[in-house]
Amino acid sequence: MFAANKAALLGLVLGVLIALLTIFGPLIYPTDPFEMVGAPMSPPGEDLLLGTDYLGRDILAGIVHGARTTVLVGFSATSFTVVIGIIIGVLAGFYGGWVENLLMRVTEFFQVLPGLLLAMVLVALFSPSLPTIIFAIGVVSWPPVARLTRAEFLKIKQREFVLAERAIGAGNWSIMWKIILPNSLPPLIVAATLGVGVAILFEAALSFLGLGDPNTYSWGYMIGASRDFIWETWWAVTFPGVAIFLTVLSISLIGDGLNDAFNPKLRLL
Amino acid sequence: MKFLFTFLRKILYSAILLLAVIILNFMLLHLAPGDPVDTLVGEMGGATPELIAQLRVDYGLDKSLPEQLLTYVVRMAKGDLGQSFNYDQPVVSLIMDRLPATLLLVITALVLAIFFGTLLGIIAAQKPKSLFSGLVTVVSLAGYAAPVFWTGIMMLILFSYWVPMFPACGMREVGSGAHGLIYMADVLKHLVLPAVSLASIYLAIYSRMARASMMDVLGSDYIRTARSKGLSERVVVYQHALKNAILPVVTMAGLQFSQLIAGAIVVETVFSWPGMGQLAFDAILRRDHPLLLGILFFSTLIVVGVNIFTDLSYRLLDPRIR
Repeated sequence: MFAANKAALLGLVLGVLIALLTIFGPLIYPTDPFEMVGAPMSPPGEDLLLGTDYLGRDILAGIVHGARTTVLVGFSATSFTVVIGIIIGVLAGFYGGWVENLLMRVTEFFQVLPGLLLAMVLVALFSPSLPTIIFAIGVVSWPPVARLTRAEFLKIKQREFVLAERAIGAGNWSIMWKIILPNSLPPLIVAATLGVGVAILFEAALSFLGLGDPNTYSWGYMIGASRDFIWETWWAVTFPGVAIFLTVLSISLIGDGLNDAFNPKLRLL
Repeated sequence: MKFLFTFLRKILYSAILLLAVIILNFMLLHLAPGDPVDTLVGEMGGATPELIAQLRVDYGLDKSLPEQLLTYVVRMAKGDLGQSFNYDQPVVSLIMDRLPATLLLVITALVLAIFFGTLLGIIAAQKPKSLFSGLVTVVSLAGYAAPVFWTGIMMLILFSYWVPMFPACGMREVGSGAHGLIYMADVLKHLVLPAVSLASIYLAIYSRMARASMMDVLGSDYIRTARSKGLSERVVVYQHALKNAILPVVTMAGLQFSQLIAGAIVVETVFSWPGMGQLAFDAILRRDHPLLLGILFFSTLIVVGVNIFTDLSYRLLDPRIR
């Protein structure tokens, strides 16, 4: 099943390594990423394993400590996204009629707005901080989750077991949350997993553009900070990018693997 | 007649969407800490309370919120997106100056991504177990997982620094004064790296979609019929199957246009491409809120326009929808 899928297994191994880095990294490698610890622009391997940036900050320390920001934002923003998306999707799919119409128009409205640009506007207007970033990512990423939830609800709500529950007197509320929702979870779990990758890419782009939380170190920030020195210090922009790349790759592989595991016949896109 | 009716309904719906964007903009401006006068006074380095009160009246900030909203909507509808604090110019003219560069970048990237994405997907679909098919999967996963600004920077390091094939930034050689064909060649040379970087994400998505949808189509009955008539594989794939296989890709491209615009904004800042993204970046740095919101409105306008266009062309291309 899941384990038989080599790509998914690779993703899982990568994911475990990143999780270990997030939890234990700062304990094992406590160098402060904001601190100037070496000669500015020293190449990798000379003084420090991954070199220093134009201010003499340790790149490895940045990668180790930045992992927490990435993982934190990735998971909290996705949780927020999934909560909004599920609530909207459940209400639209279950009630239908004008409720569905209204909610789907709102969803379309948010899909027309260029997501990253709206997130940039939100963070820029309400001062960059982790909560605003998480909020902004959630606000721009929920529409696909809402559409998926609604589609699942439309599919499931006429099935026999739902009608049976209704016949024995289950109320709307319990049919929505206790009967239909648990049965529509598999595709939502896949969407949520892939959503973590999207949220991480969003956070990286915002931090790269200088809209990150100024008090936390993040991979996107590292690339943005050294962007004027890409000729002189290629390592300062390359390694944080590799870290983002591997993290998102691991999440995509796990998401695809889950998808295959849930739909053994149907290999989705 | 029915076509015209659908078209009009589509236009009306789009107008409502844009009105909603205007109201969103207004709400954002008012929810954000500090009002335009605060910013203005801050730039002037302080002012007397009388002057501040006068400015508030001038800007209409003394009126009730619904009144202000009405004025705002009317002004936006007339095409007046306000004045940029930083450039001291109308937002509309600033955006209009930058629009062609952004459109050039976005359209080039879109064409590259659709063309090469579909091509790769088709070749991979014909031999799903081959090495090439596996390679397409790997490339598409990689293209999707790499942040687009980082792909851009890597391109710069590789193809502008290590192997200096392409210029690093801007849209034309400064002070070359070239025009005509030489000018176009110059712009094209500057366009390659930004367009390829932007296309990389979508190339990944479209090649995956094209592969899946082509495999799906190739399994259908009418393809078996075509093959059993003895048509060559090339005719079967590129003339019979392609038409149906490409439809999901086109739909996806239309749906994702708003993301493409957003992606262009990040890519532009990497390559100092003189488009709307560069302008948005400046607006953020200088806290130029009217300009930033103007760009948000304008990008949405483009997306809505493209959606109408995709929808109509789809209706014309696919007789089943008519």
